[in-house]
Amino acid sequence: MSINKRIVDDLVANDISFVTTVPCKQLAGVIDEVEAREEIFHIPSNKEDEGMGLCAGAWMGGKRPAIIMQNTAIGVTINTLATLIQFYRMPLPMLISYRGELREPVACQVEMAVHTKALLNQLNIPTYHFHRESDATELDAILKYTFMCNKPVAILTDASFWGGYGDQ
Amino acid sequence: MIRSEILREIAPILRDQLVICNIGLPSQELHMIDDQPTNFYMLGTMGLSSSIGLGVALAQDKTVISIDGDGSVLTNFGTLPTIANNVADNYILLIIDNGSYGSTGDQPTYAGRKTSLAAVAKACGCENVVECQAEETPKVLQDAIDSKKMTIIVAKCESGNVKVPVITKDPVVIRDRFMKAVAS
Ligand SMILES: [Mg+2]
Repeated sequence: MSINKRIVDDLVANDISFVTTVPCKQLAGVIDEVEAREEIFHIPSNKEDEGMGLCAGAWMGGKRPAIIMQNTAIGVTINTLATLIQFYRMPLPMLISYRGELREPVACQVEMAVHTKALLNQLNIPTYHFHRESDATELDAILKYTFMCNKPVAILTDASFWGGYGDQ
Repeated sequence: MIRSEILREIAPILRDQLVICNIGLPSQELHMIDDQPTNFYMLGTMGLSSSIGLGVALAQDKTVISIDGDGSVLTNFGTLPTIANNVADNYILLIIDNGSYGSTGDQPTYAGRKTSLAAVAKACGCENVVECQAEETPKVLQDAIDSKKMTIIVAKCESGNVKVPVITKDPVVIRDRFMKAVAS
């Protein structure tokens, strides 16, 4: 089974039915899978803080949400994470492509990569880093943990996890 | 008319609906005029009232009204294409457009100058966009609720504020009672 399908199976198994996405090349397959699933309402966002607003609303409306985005979005969403998701104590799984790690071809991506874990740490956001494909076996437990504690939780998925960028 | 007078006029209509209210003075004014468990007050995060409201509307069937401001819509402009392309007929976005950033000292916004938020909403693909004068807001809002069609309302009013206390309710209490009202 493809890793994209396994990830989305875990979302569905945890009753996540509202997913917003801001695209990243590494996430293209998982976004396609989200779009294809009948169990999930897929709503693309124009910016990640907008997406978090949609997720906050969907959760208050009775649906379990998730956001799929790139790690550069941490820079965009700090205020939203602190004053909406955390202040009102809301659960939010964040499946994040961790650009700027090993095998990254674009130098500028490294500039946010070096801040990503520090920012998540500063925000006291539980953070998991998927480096090998087998790390995804923890996703189910991470999702259960997120909706148990009503916190934003970050799942960083790097290029090695996704099998690199192919021939460069 | 200024924003707080519009809120006072529409409070009897809002009372029975789920309301997401914009950060700052709008939330403080609505809280003072007619606090209800069906009101979700934003205490932070400028710009996301429309996004939160759309999320609530897409997740369940009850009517949801997002009260937003011209400045807040300008700060989250990407919301309008998302709204237009994800139609929820139980959703109303009420933009109270006083042409200024009211909560921060009435600095003028671009919506008070050349930019028409109603024209932008239409260009983004929103199908039912109504611009009205402040005095017409109660009727336009009631018509939008009755139409059961997703509607964007731009209510033009004068800038100006009234003295109003800050909201000291715990955010988790605001959120929890709102969720119970949604589920009831
Ligand atoms: Mg204003």
